[in-house]
Amino acid sequence: MTIKLGVPSKGRLMEKTFEWFASRGVTLSRSASEREYAGAVEGIANVELVLLSAGEIPRELAAGRIHLGVTGTDLVREKLGQWDQQVQELAELGFGHADLIIAVPAAWVDVDTLDDLDAAAAAFRKRRGFRMRIATKYHRLVRDFLRNAGVADYALVDSQGATEGTVKFETAEAVADITSTGETLRANHLKMLRDGLILRSQATLYRSRAAEMDEPDRETLKQLCRMIEVD
Amino acid sequence: MMPDTAARRTAARSAIRDEATRLRAVFEAAGAQVVDPPVLQPADTLLDLYGEDIRARAYVTSDAVRGEQMLRPDFTVPVVQMHMAHGAEPARYTYSGEVFRRQEDFPDRANEYFQTGYEVFDRADPAAADAEVFALIRQALGDLPLRAATGDIGILAAAVEGLDTTDARKAALRRHIWRPRRFRALLDRYSGRAAVPETRLALLAAADPWADCAPLVGLRDRADIEARIAALREDAATPPISENEVALLDAILGIRETLPFALEHLRDISVDMPAIIPAMSRLTARVAALSARGIDVDALEFEASYGRTSMEYYDGFVFGFYAEGRSDLPPVASGGRYDALTRVLGQGAEIPAVGGVIRPGLLLDLRAAS
Repeated sequence: MTIKLGVPSKGRLMEKTFEWFASRGVTLSRSASEREYAGAVEGIANVELVLLSAGEIPRELAAGRIHLGVTGTDLVREKLGQWDQQVQELAELGFGHADLIIAVPAAWVDVDTLDDLDAAAAAFRKRRGFRMRIATKYHRLVRDFLRNAGVADYALVDSQGATEGTVKFETAEAVADITSTGETLRANHLKMLRDGLILRSQATLYRSRAAEMDEPDRETLKQLCRMIEVD
Repeated sequence: MMPDTAARRTAARSAIRDEATRLRAVFEAAGAQVVDPPVLQPADTLLDLYGEDIRARAYVTSDAVRGEQMLRPDFTVPVVQMHMAHGAEPARYTYSGEVFRRQEDFPDRANEYFQTGYEVFDRADPAAADAEVFALIRQALGDLPLRAATGDIGILAAAVEGLDTTDARKAALRRHIWRPRRFRALLDRYSGRAAVPETRLALLAAADPWADCAPLVGLRDRADIEARIAALREDAATPPISENEVALLDAILGIRETLPFALEHLRDISVDMPAIIPAMSRLTARVAALSARGIDVDALEFEASYGRTSMEYYDGFVFGFYAEGRSDLPPVASGGRYDALTRVLGQGAEIPAVGGVIRPGLLLDLRAAS
């Protein structure tokens, strides 16, 4: 058997992951053909590289189809209920930093905190007859966060991309999205709520609690953990 | 699955179904009409009623024609809708069937289970109707040793209405009665216990709040923002809710004792807060009605904040029956008064309504264990 390691299949997240493992003596590489999602592992035997969309890695870990996987904290917590029962965090990789935050138009001079957002949502619903809309793709995380904060009279609307643009196009009044520098927020005349930080996310190496392993697999995993200095 | 496991599961389900049918017959014998609402409910009604939180509790599905549908998370809403659309008065209904609840935070709890319920729509004597539902459900549960919890959201609501403060503050507190943490935060702010955020002070002190402001984008317009700034100014000029009133609210929220003591306690509080007297009279009438139905009211627990964190339609009497020593289990039966819900779903019409449900599956488990 082999240990399957799931890694994002493209972009900076893949490159940075390759670098992170390389500096620890594990060389990951994509096959020569750019179009083929296959790869190779050198420096340790019996580890197989599986290239996947970062968004699918949480599900594959939960199902036990891969033993290890690199993906964002945000994706694991959004997609897996009781995530810590399904996967174990082995290492934070120190890149792919992004904050999931709630943002409103910068010109909302009366709204600075969640408390303000709640009051504004109540008045908005009263005047317009529908709930204040918050565009996001992180439905679970945002809903849990707002429930804990006691914010009411809002509705989440799904936005899988260009989320910051939804306010200008009047399909949402506020957004909950990932930001790293705040540039996109500013460019779209939005501001983060002062207490609107939902989650700090970064690329993280996870171990599946569901993947089956035999004795040699366990040895392979131990050896890999030693190399990448994870207990 | 092993064949004998499958057989056991089938037998267990059929036992639950039988028990549900038996319970429904008890309610039918008490004069209820049997109703059978569909499993799929239009999502917009439930979403409008409960907001986004319902998505964390109910399963949503959809098709390209009808749009979003929900697997019924309870029977109360469809029964109220049905009654408000074409029910005669007074009416008593019973139903039995499965409800569906997501349990992402408690994966060990059932996400699909039977409920058998009894709902009363009757203007004549709300106290008697409360007692009727409570006593009938207790009787249907048989002689299992259960702890009954009761409460009354109406007391807290009346206390809020009676506060010596602005309507805006009362409305904000009323809106958050079912979210205890936000209720507390508001109360702290209105009573001056919590500091006003600096950005709020800066906004109110600013000669021109719009100076150096980014361009305004989105549907929420300048009128919305000006209206809120005006409301904030009015609030800033409002004197704090007095320590004395906060202490009285805290005293109400802290009540958790047997009914005779709770009533005595409330009577003491009402000397300083006469606004709760009508709600207290309703409670007194209910106690008399419960007693007339043979309930041992002297031993009945009353908790003034009971039911505040459940589904937010209960606005008066609330109750639940729990297995002794099994705080890990949800209540085997629960219910309450939901007059406001009939108003929301009644499109102008309203009727006092009270009801409750039993979980036959849980009831069988408890019976087997005892």
